[in-house]
Amino acid sequence: MRTAYWFNATSLSHRSNTANHIFPLNQTNSTPLVEIDDVNFAYGKRPILKGISLKVQRGKVVAIMGGSGCGKTTLLRLIGGQLRASQGRIMVDGQDVGTLDADAMYAMRRKMGMLFQFGALFTDMTVFDNVAFQLREHTDLPEDMIRDLVLMKLDAVGLRGTAKFFPSELSGGMARRVALARAVALDPMLIMYDEPFAGLDPISLAVVGQTIRRLNDALGATSIVVTHDVVESMQIVDYLYFVSEGRIVGQGTPDEIRASTEPFIKQFVHAEADGPTPFHYPAKSYADDLGLTLPKGAA
Amino acid sequence: MINAVRSLGRRGIETLWRGGVMARFFWLVITSSTMSFRRFSLTIREIYFAGVMSLVIIMVSGLFVGMVLGLQGFETLQKYGAEETMGVLVALSLVRELGPVVSALLFASRAGSAITAEIGLMKATEQLKAMDMMAIDPIARVVAPRFWAGVISMPLLAALFSAMGIFGGYVVGVALIDIDPGVFWSNMQAAVDFRYDVLNGFVKSIVFGIAISIIATFEGFDAEPTAEGVSRATTRTVVTSALTVLLLDLVLTAFMLRGVH
Amino acid sequence: MERKNIDLMVGLFMLMGITALLVLALRVGNLGSERVTATYNVETHFDNIGGLKQKAPVKSAGVLVGRVTNIMFDNDKFQAVVTLTLDRRYKFPKDTSASILTSGLLGEVYIGLDAGGDDKELQNGDKITISQSAVVLERLIGQFMFGKAAEGTADKQPEKAESPTAKPAEKKAKP
Repeated sequence: MRTAYWFNATSLSHRSNTANHIFPLNQTNSTPLVEIDDVNFAYGKRPILKGISLKVQRGKVVAIMGGSGCGKTTLLRLIGGQLRASQGRIMVDGQDVGTLDADAMYAMRRKMGMLFQFGALFTDMTVFDNVAFQLREHTDLPEDMIRDLVLMKLDAVGLRGTAKFFPSELSGGMARRVALARAVALDPMLIMYDEPFAGLDPISLAVVGQTIRRLNDALGATSIVVTHDVVESMQIVDYLYFVSEGRIVGQGTPDEIRASTEPFIKQFVHAEADGPTPFHYPAKSYADDLGLTLPKGAA
Repeated sequence: MINAVRSLGRRGIETLWRGGVMARFFWLVITSSTMSFRRFSLTIREIYFAGVMSLVIIMVSGLFVGMVLGLQGFETLQKYGAEETMGVLVALSLVRELGPVVSALLFASRAGSAITAEIGLMKATEQLKAMDMMAIDPIARVVAPRFWAGVISMPLLAALFSAMGIFGGYVVGVALIDIDPGVFWSNMQAAVDFRYDVLNGFVKSIVFGIAISIIATFEGFDAEPTAEGVSRATTRTVVTSALTVLLLDLVLTAFMLRGVH
Repeated sequence: MERKNIDLMVGLFMLMGITALLVLALRVGNLGSERVTATYNVETHFDNIGGLKQKAPVKSAGVLVGRVTNIMFDNDKFQAVVTLTLDRRYKFPKDTSASILTSGLLGEVYIGLDAGGDDKELQNGDKITISQSAVVLERLIGQFMFGKAAEGTADKQPEKAESPTAKPAEKKAKP
């Protein structure tokens, strides 16, 4: 019988990393878990990523930030192997994701957990069945053991009482937390979050943020959070990357970022309307659009 | 004018290209089908939603069609003093043609569109992507069971349609028009050949089932992940299924007719 | 609980469907009426089989006793060779005759057997020697017309034969 691993969700203490995991992690390895090396990617003719390089160290929570449409979600898809880069390498746990075949890719994905932007819970099954899904499909564990594990995961996100509900009966924040529980069902070594804070009320924001941090430390996993929520991210992450127009334009720890004078980062962090990321979408001059001729001397 | 011709050509090429994509999808579904049978509970669940839920519409429609056939047939046969062959008319029309074809059209509208909408919605809410990221092949888990459910349900529904139709014809003939029941059945039994009529109808319904199921699942899987995309896909399923069923019916009938004495 | 319900409904559905198929095959079609019994084969020759088809019934005294299982053409005698498969329960004498008949005016074509009086019975592989071909409507009409034409010329002959005998009778009566 495999040793069940206990996760105490109510305390903020960090459990030791010597618990038996179903998929053992190499904690002493100092190479980065994820390494993206000069990656290019385009959707058809539209280039999204132009030479991105970043590293994610093991055991850390890393945020990838940037404006909408800058390619953050694409990065996650590339790491997960759902997209293939046209140039460059993506290494996850020492393996080049772009060269894996279907079986190896699926084996790799079993070590990853992903939280989609709106939860993406399976609407035709209960919350319990959603979280139990991967356990039932990928392991041979008996039902009573699965039951215990599922309830533990739900307890970790504070939603053990909703086990019998259907996703349609949950609020947005609750659905996202259930999806979180589902993402960590197999104790993955890499957890990816796609805009986990989008559209949440302040309380849910804080809860989700803290859960991300606690889960990461308790599981001994590595987390990548793609978001544009500055306030929440700065409180929980160890390192940040800033992406703009397909390139990394800044990086650092939360303290370094707060002190940074780099224009793009400054605009983002201090929420300024205009700066390196322009307010106006490129268009003809305002006067021309309105059909006016300006008097001499006017701007 | 030139633009109209151009768009027609473009449409034709697109349709052909889509047909090719659908053929490849068909192959994918077939090769991913082991899970549908090893975990038959998945397929059973889909048979419930596709087959059992279509029972009412199929059986009621079959009854009405049979009764109408009886009434219409009686009126014409009466002129030749051949009212007692009304059972033959009803049975042959149903078993050979109307049973498989009409039930296929009804199935496509009811179950086919439901399957397309369901899969399309799963795609729109990223459930299929989530499943893929969890290292579970969505085609094997979501698409293949629905496909096989359609293939299994279709012949059963067609048979039920024909049976209810013959019963409807019986009701009209014996109860309303006063045809002798013994003559009704014996004439019918003499005229309906198992191999030529019943078996051919059965084969037709299986072929229709395959066609409708693959079209429904493909359109859902290929739908644009928006509300309009899903609605367009659902419409496409019903229209494409109907046209395909009628075309296949023509081909199969011509093919089967050659084998007459 | 929901799982069990679904399984039950699906099972019922499949049962109904298969029952419908069986009903169509056995009650509506003719699969059930072809009871498999022991049979024996007998051959007959016909000059013309008319509209006789394979699987046509073979009846005696109006009762179904067998089926036509094979129709072939004898290239030497230029006749039709018909194989009848008869139920082993019914034995026929060797001098039975086979005729091709139609049930009703426009009905289906079948073979009628008239039993003879021979002691010996037909065995598997025997031949029925006495046969009557089908009545082909066109030939019947042709015969009728030909017969009518022949009757017309025969009427004229007896008139000519009568006149020479009449005159000598009159001559005798004069002096």
